[in-house]
Amino acid sequence: MRGHLGARIAQIIPTLLLVSVLVFGLQQLMPGDPALVLAGEERDPQVLAQIRAELWLDRSLPVQYLHWMGNVLHGNLGYSWRIREPVSQLVAEKLPVTLQLSAMAFLIAVVIGVPAGIVAAVKRNSAWDYLANAIGLAGLSTPNFWLGIMLILLVSVQLGWLPPSGYVPLAEDWRQSLATTIMPAFVLGNSIAAILMRHTRSAMLTALDQDYVRTARAKGLREWGVVIRHALRNALIPVVTLGALELGTLLSGAVLTEQVFSIPGFGKMIVDAVFNRDYPVVQGVVLVTAFLYVVLNLIADLLYVVINPRLRDA
Amino acid sequence: MPRRAATTTRNTSTNKITDRDFNIMRRILWASFLLAIAVQQSASAQTLRVALRQDLDTMDPTLSTTYVGRIVFAGLCDKLFDIDEKLNIVPQLATGSEWTDPKTLVIHLRQGVKFQDDEVMDAEAVKASLLRDMTLPGSYRKSELGLVDHIDVIDPATIRIALKAPSGAFLAQLTDRSGMILAPKVAAAAGKDFTQHPVCSGPFKFVERVPQDHVTLERFPGYWDNKAINFDRVVYQILVDSSVRLANLKAGTVDLSENIVPTDAAAVKADPRLRLVISDSLGYFGITANLDNGPQAKNPYGQNALVRQAFDLAIDRQALVNVVYNGMFAPTVQAVPSSSPFYDAALAVPARDVAKAKALLKQAGVSLPVKLELLAFNNPDVLQTAEVIQSMAAEAGFDVHIQSMEFASSLAASARGEFQAYLIGWSGRVDIDGNTYAFLHTGAAGNDGHYSNATVDKLLDEARGMTDLAQRKAAYAQMWPQLRQDLPITYLWIPTNIVGMSAKLTGFRPVPDGMIRLQGLALGK
Repeated sequence: MRGHLGARIAQIIPTLLLVSVLVFGLQQLMPGDPALVLAGEERDPQVLAQIRAELWLDRSLPVQYLHWMGNVLHGNLGYSWRIREPVSQLVAEKLPVTLQLSAMAFLIAVVIGVPAGIVAAVKRNSAWDYLANAIGLAGLSTPNFWLGIMLILLVSVQLGWLPPSGYVPLAEDWRQSLATTIMPAFVLGNSIAAILMRHTRSAMLTALDQDYVRTARAKGLREWGVVIRHALRNALIPVVTLGALELGTLLSGAVLTEQVFSIPGFGKMIVDAVFNRDYPVVQGVVLVTAFLYVVLNLIADLLYVVINPRLRDA
Repeated sequence: MPRRAATTTRNTSTNKITDRDFNIMRRILWASFLLAIAVQQSASAQTLRVALRQDLDTMDPTLSTTYVGRIVFAGLCDKLFDIDEKLNIVPQLATGSEWTDPKTLVIHLRQGVKFQDDEVMDAEAVKASLLRDMTLPGSYRKSELGLVDHIDVIDPATIRIALKAPSGAFLAQLTDRSGMILAPKVAAAAGKDFTQHPVCSGPFKFVERVPQDHVTLERFPGYWDNKAINFDRVVYQILVDSSVRLANLKAGTVDLSENIVPTDAAAVKADPRLRLVISDSLGYFGITANLDNGPQAKNPYGQNALVRQAFDLAIDRQALVNVVYNGMFAPTVQAVPSSSPFYDAALAVPARDVAKAKALLKQAGVSLPVKLELLAFNNPDVLQTAEVIQSMAAEAGFDVHIQSMEFASSLAASARGEFQAYLIGWSGRVDIDGNTYAFLHTGAAGNDGHYSNATVDKLLDEARGMTDLAQRKAAYAQMWPQLRQDLPITYLWIPTNIVGMSAKLTGFRPVPDGMIRLQGLALGK
């Protein structure tokens, strides 16, 4: 296991290098001239030429890439062409927002999805099972954008319980911070809860049919103990894998949800950056997101060992 | 083993999760939900909250290009001159000005004005700010001030600007970002980092900016017109989605929202807690024809003015704005709104005439249907506009194919001449020169269709060089008949600025530039 983990850690650097080449290369395929976009309504050819020179857009692609990577290796993700602030500063501003939103959404998803999956499996073919499946199906098939707007209209406009949009940092005012993020977190968590529910149910159904579960029951263990300690622990491995992937997706930014609720996270930043051809921001955010993704998968690998001690010797 | 035996006995009797367990889970979930909704918002009565349609770029007026950036600057940076509701140029940091000859402008400055860092705003500061606009690498103000030859400080309250050539449009440049005067010491020390801590002489000073989220300004107690200011803070909230802007307005979490879309206007009107203010904007929307920019110009629409005239007659502008914009925009065939002193009342919007359009196509000798690629960026309303035009033009004998493209890509395609007709607008400038010269003069930077007409060039040059309003109006009036004949741009409508606000908000001035002027604004009870 230790060797396996060592290999996984060693894969991080080439993975990130590959991501850097991909993101740099792919955005060159985007149509549109960054200088033209940055200039707004200014069309003076001299101004456009000056922008291209200033941003190294008049150099060859390999030179541009090496220039960027050289800066990245020195801890400098570059300057936003549009906002004219360091990308690292922007990432540092957005990362806590995205982390908070992702954590809350993930918590909501786990709190709803995993128990619902367990109940659906334990009470197979009962009304509870059908209810859990119906809720899961609704969660999967409801577009986040629509659910977000509906929640805003109901909870904020009609009932006036929560602010419709915006974001307040936790450190500034935790109550206001929760008030501004609970709805987007619910919207995001809702669809992930549905996925987790269905996978938990399926994995639990398999586990509950195993001999060791029958043995545990035969030994007279409490049903909760059988379900939680024996069946769930084994059923959780695919759920943890899925959870790590979903959390990774959340961290890469929930574009539509952030847009609807005006949450200034990674998703909103990268969309703005793509539309404004702000290449350094796109590159910086994708690189940081890729890093987070790789780390999360590594954590998932470690969790397998915690959940299933047999893997320690694998 | 007594403990295990006892356990066995209890569980074999139930062997399932009990109702009690479910009740506990349900209570936990309800408690979490109620805790969440119990967290309420709080708002300060001293804060004005303004919703903006998009994020701004930089907070440096020299380097800024966005429209919403100008709205924030209206609170942060005073200008030498401003405009009023009727597009008259009025003094702001200046107290007056005069042309001592056609190339020399003398500006008298307001005394006792301080920057937000307590520096004094005087002629040296104005000169430094203008020179920064003209020389800072990457400045987008260079071309606006390109006519400036040199600047002299006459005394602390007077400055003289010498131009390379006469210009009737020059003063209007000083009503926007070129006229914003920056605190000289901060600007010199910060250079391009001025955006991080901008300091000007406006009514509010910079507090913080969180990109994609908000900009916060705080009242500047030393503001020269302090009695006109009624708020302690202004928060500009970026709300990109129009329905979210409306929801915030209805929920009372913003006090004022610019750019209410026409389809949401009825909802604002119907709400007694809200008020809708509508005014002309400075811009226009139209179809730019590719007349001579690369191979894509080689088609009947690009090569034959009769075909463009037929296309023009096939469009029912009023029906178009009724369908797409609930009739809230004004159909037009010229580049300025009716509030502009350069508006030509003699230029009537033609009624749709399909029969005449067909006759013109016949006269042009083109084979039917006339195929045309219409480039449109992929905003829903722009695409809907393209579809309505497609349908109207089909009845006259056109086969319009809509080429939908993301905005930045469409701009690049237009610059490269990769279009036949391009559905595009212009945000507009105070002076007509800013709405015409760059798009109609031979070789001008924004003339993507490569239109070239000696008469139009001559009139544009003459009008630009005049300082007498009546003479300038006469020059432009001579230009329009030629443009209506050539149709390098088929003007469609003048958009309106639609602002939604709390009914308690008073003192809002609807100026065609769409800026939100904070002087005089107040929130009643």
